[in-house]
Amino acid sequence: MAADARTLSGADKVVARRSAGVWRDAFGRLRKNRLAMVGLVIVIALFALAVIGPTLAPWQYQVQDQDAIIENGFRPVKPFSDIAVQSGHFLGTDELGRDLFSRLLDGAQISMSVAIVVQLVVLTIGVPMGAFAGWFGGRIDNLLMRITDITYAFPDLLLIILLSIAFRETVFGRAFSGLLLVFVAIGLTSWVTVARLVRGQLLSLKEMEFVEAARAIGVRDRSIVTKHLLPNSVGPVIVAITLGVPGAILAEATLAYIGIGVQAPRASWGSLINEGVRWIRSDTHLVLFPAIAIATALLAFTFLGDGLRDALDPKLKGKQ
Amino acid sequence: MASFVTRRILWIIPVLFVVSLITFTLMSLTPGGPWAREKELPPQVVKQIQAKYGLDKPVHEQYITWVTNFIQGDLGPSYRYTNRSVNDIIEDGLPTTIHLGLMAFSLAVLIGIPLGIFAALGHNKLPDYLATGISVIGISTPSFVLAIVLVVTFSVALGWFPATSNRWGDWNTWVLPTIALAGYPIAQVARYTRAAMLEVTRKDYVRTAHSKGIRSRAVVVRHMIRNALIPVVTILGPILAFLVTGSFIIENFFGVPGIGDAYVTAIGGRDYTVIMATTMLYAFSVAFFNLAVDVGYAYIDPRIRYS
Repeated sequence: MAADARTLSGADKVVARRSAGVWRDAFGRLRKNRLAMVGLVIVIALFALAVIGPTLAPWQYQVQDQDAIIENGFRPVKPFSDIAVQSGHFLGTDELGRDLFSRLLDGAQISMSVAIVVQLVVLTIGVPMGAFAGWFGGRIDNLLMRITDITYAFPDLLLIILLSIAFRETVFGRAFSGLLLVFVAIGLTSWVTVARLVRGQLLSLKEMEFVEAARAIGVRDRSIVTKHLLPNSVGPVIVAITLGVPGAILAEATLAYIGIGVQAPRASWGSLINEGVRWIRSDTHLVLFPAIAIATALLAFTFLGDGLRDALDPKLKGKQ
Repeated sequence: MASFVTRRILWIIPVLFVVSLITFTLMSLTPGGPWAREKELPPQVVKQIQAKYGLDKPVHEQYITWVTNFIQGDLGPSYRYTNRSVNDIIEDGLPTTIHLGLMAFSLAVLIGIPLGIFAALGHNKLPDYLATGISVIGISTPSFVLAIVLVVTFSVALGWFPATSNRWGDWNTWVLPTIALAGYPIAQVARYTRAAMLEVTRKDYVRTAHSKGIRSRAVVVRHMIRNALIPVVTILGPILAFLVTGSFIIENFFGVPGIGDAYVTAIGGRDYTVIMATTMLYAFSVAFFNLAVDVGYAYIDPRIRYS
């Protein structure tokens, strides 16, 4: 018995060392991908801005600087104009005197929380659903496939919009300035991809020899799934999650742009555009800066996701 | 083939049924209705309005009424514009939306395919980097961001085109919304074309054609492009679907008087019957375009046989 245990723990160590190597190899490949590294740096910078933004912001996002506005004749302060420099609003203000730079920082916080929380929702629903369907098959699998059919048939954005309208006036819809509803609505429409992915991984992995070996030494089903199968599907899931982020950020921005989603006085980049569009002829900075912010975030996450896919699955490289 | 098409057409019915059920449930959960005005109405009036629209009945009865009317082509009254029916709103907006969508679709095909071919022929050289760069930016730029850049450049700075398109009769109001809507599809089509072209470059029949001494121009046109375009057709379904559902942002941004603009206005104005009808229309178009592309795909590629 004792001898058995020793060989087993030894075997564990070998597996552990090898899997660390896989990750190191993947990171090595990622580091060589210049675009992906640019993406990674921007993503880290955006998260840093989201966290320290409120302390960095020269003004609070909802504060209206009446003096600057009155001096400017009740018009938005243009960036780098004399009044902007005097009053400290370097990127200008909107027509109520709210500092654009501070609002952009607050928007970064919203976009980055969308990036994380939506994917957490996706993981908490998608991974268990996919694991159950892939491991047990049968009725649960059928159910998952039917749900998939329906969600694929229902255009994502329309469902997100409907959910947002239906619950926007409830307590749930008002929580965290409406952000909770945004997280859940986007998460509910995007978990299916991850569930299908995990299901597919489990279906192919459960036929592998190491599963049979684990079974032979008496490992319980539950542990086989959580300790052997799921860790082996982490790579594709990470890629899917990263590539899902731009979609989620875009969905939030679109909601905010059409005036649902995050509620005033907080403003995401999409709502800044919504408010600024009126001034597009005279004060383009009000829409241009948030637009640049959205495009930068989306590009960065796309570069990083593409790079991760190439790094974790070299076979796929160049196929897309 | 015929049975496949029939089955796919019949499949649209349960899909639409589920979409309508979800939409109706969500809309009936939503507070507010035709009586919701700035000023609160006396309860008696609210009751009368509810009776007029059948909203005093239980939800399942309302749903059955709605479905029965829907099948007969009656989309109900608008909650917001008391003198207009939802049918009027859709009939007014649909031609404009289709017009805009078709222009953007043509642009996606006419620019996207040459761009992809151009990229593949100069693989790993400057044209490839240029075209790939354009398509990466095109894919990750939201349509309204592109719209902002276009308006700031071409109407505010240069003054070439108007920033609003509410007078849809003038052709110069078409330019900016069409480009803004076509940005993402152009990039997608280019990406797929490039990948498909690179795929066929490695095929035996291309090498054979070259070794027979056919001029490389003819190999590209007659052998490579014709085969490469087959998989590109599959992306056209999702693109048509995007043009349908993606157009509401662009229509709203430029004030194009289509159903997309009506949809966004309805969201702001809690006009639930309009939201129901437009959602159904969008879901139907998405299902229909996917079907059309699957059938078209089988038609142009004899190797594909559905059973």
